[in-house]
Amino acid sequence: MSATDPHHATHRTIEAVWRIESARVIAGLTRLTRDVGLAEDLAQEALVAALEQWPHSGVPDNPAAWLTATAQRRAIDLFRRNANAARKHEELAHELEALEQTSPDLDFPLDNTIADDLLRLVFIACHPILTAESRAALTLRLLGGLTTDEIARAFLTPEPTIAQRIVRAKRTLADKRIPFEVPRGPELADRLSSVLEVIYLIFNEGYSATAGDDLMRPTLCEDALRLGRVLAELTPTEPEVHGLVALMEIQASRTRTRVTPAGEPILLFDQNRAQWDQLLIRRGLTAIERAHKMNPTRGPYLLQAEIAACHAHARTPSETDWPRIVILYTELAQLTPSPVIELNRAVGVSMVHGPQAGLALVDALASEPSLARYHLLSSVRADLLYKLGRRPEARTEFERAAALTRNTRERDLLLARAASCETDPTNP
Amino acid sequence: MRFMVIVKATPESEKGGALPDPELLLEMGKYNEELSKAGVLLALDGLHPSSKGARVKFSGKSHTVIDGPFTEAKELIAGFSILQVKSLEEAIEWVKRAPNCNPGGDSEVEIRQIFEMEDFAPVLTEEQIQHKAEKRAKLPNQTAHA
Repeated sequence: MSATDPHHATHRTIEAVWRIESARVIAGLTRLTRDVGLAEDLAQEALVAALEQWPHSGVPDNPAAWLTATAQRRAIDLFRRNANAARKHEELAHELEALEQTSPDLDFPLDNTIADDLLRLVFIACHPILTAESRAALTLRLLGGLTTDEIARAFLTPEPTIAQRIVRAKRTLADKRIPFEVPRGPELADRLSSVLEVIYLIFNEGYSATAGDDLMRPTLCEDALRLGRVLAELTPTEPEVHGLVALMEIQASRTRTRVTPAGEPILLFDQNRAQWDQLLIRRGLTAIERAHKMNPTRGPYLLQAEIAACHAHARTPSETDWPRIVILYTELAQLTPSPVIELNRAVGVSMVHGPQAGLALVDALASEPSLARYHLLSSVRADLLYKLGRRPEARTEFERAAALTRNTRERDLLLARAASCETDPTNP
Repeated sequence: MRFMVIVKATPESEKGGALPDPELLLEMGKYNEELSKAGVLLALDGLHPSSKGARVKFSGKSHTVIDGPFTEAKELIAGFSILQVKSLEEAIEWVKRAPNCNPGGDSEVEIRQIFEMEDFAPVLTEEQIQHKAEKRAKLPNQTAHA
């Protein structure tokens, strides 16, 4: 099949339509069938039907309505066929038929019902009853419109594993009768942070791949950003959602400067700042402003976004507002105490008060069990030792960091720095 | 990947001082809102008629400035937006949903892919990398910040 083959072209169009419409179609079907797993299966069947029919019939004017109607007809057939159909299913089939006759208008504009359904779908896909990796896979599948194969490639995981993960997740949601709803009251904050965690996990998997040969997988970052932007429009009054979007926009602004052509990482202060994506930085700063308008108190994502903004504002590394970064990390550490945040704060402190002050803080963290195998602790410590002229110790620490990282590119860089400890010890 | 969606000028959009039809503006506003809600719209801007612009023509080392307006409306642009989507096909699908900028008449929108990082092979020369490595000692380790 060549690229100019009309069927191939239609397939690519169908993929595009699916990317645009699938979340809304699945969300609507979930409301009707009250079963997100079934809804997704039905939507997939509708997709298969489209792949069979559209190459001959052409793409319909309203592809979303076509997909929904097709999936609804399958639902009716399924419920009718089911010999053990409970009364409920029969009622549901009637309900669906009645609905089909009124022909739901899924075309623009996106009305409130669809927006509500989409938000419910976000919350169910990111339900804390599921493991973080299941939530990520399900979210990419249900909301990002990614195929199982695409998710598998993004996470460097075999396709059957991802497929199984998704099947299990859907079964868990059904078994535990997780309702298709937007949580209210005190539950909302917790559930929302579960959603944000999933989106940021997806982003980070793309931004600093935890394993494999590539340091970044930018398409995964784009998927996460898209999900974040969608969520920000669905929940415009949640400051932390804007905070997360801001954080991702600003981090993504550096994508093109973070890796050499050979695939080696370029650290923040070595990056060519002229190439940072000003459009994304501006979007990030706007998102921070939106969050500020909502609430004077800063949540963890907003704080991290503001730290990222400090770097974005500095035209050269030496212009970085380190005192402000230390203040932001201190606030962040109070809100979400974590040795990793303390480590970052130590880096800031070393820039304000010198490497010795930073090293004291880092050494205090050395006994922290959760950091025992954390390569960045060694890497930061090595760097501070290097600056203090304690080269042999620096070398050992760089080697230790290299042994601990799972990313091959990062390992190369750390080994190169270890080797550099040998040269010219009198001139740091 | 990103695409620039270029809205070509129409006789209407080239008319000085005349604001677009309010109904069209409303339709456009709704459409752009949908693009935002879908998380695909990165930026957009509309342009004044070419009568408020100019052209600078280069010829060897000299240049000539030509003031607007320019006549060939089809080759002029009236606005643009930047979309971040998965494929050219997706960009096409989104553009197909836009209202016609020249209601009842003809108008044209061009979709062009924007260069990305991976389109440019060499970012830094060996020499630049070396230079940066030398500067490194003065700076903090920020693997954690990167």
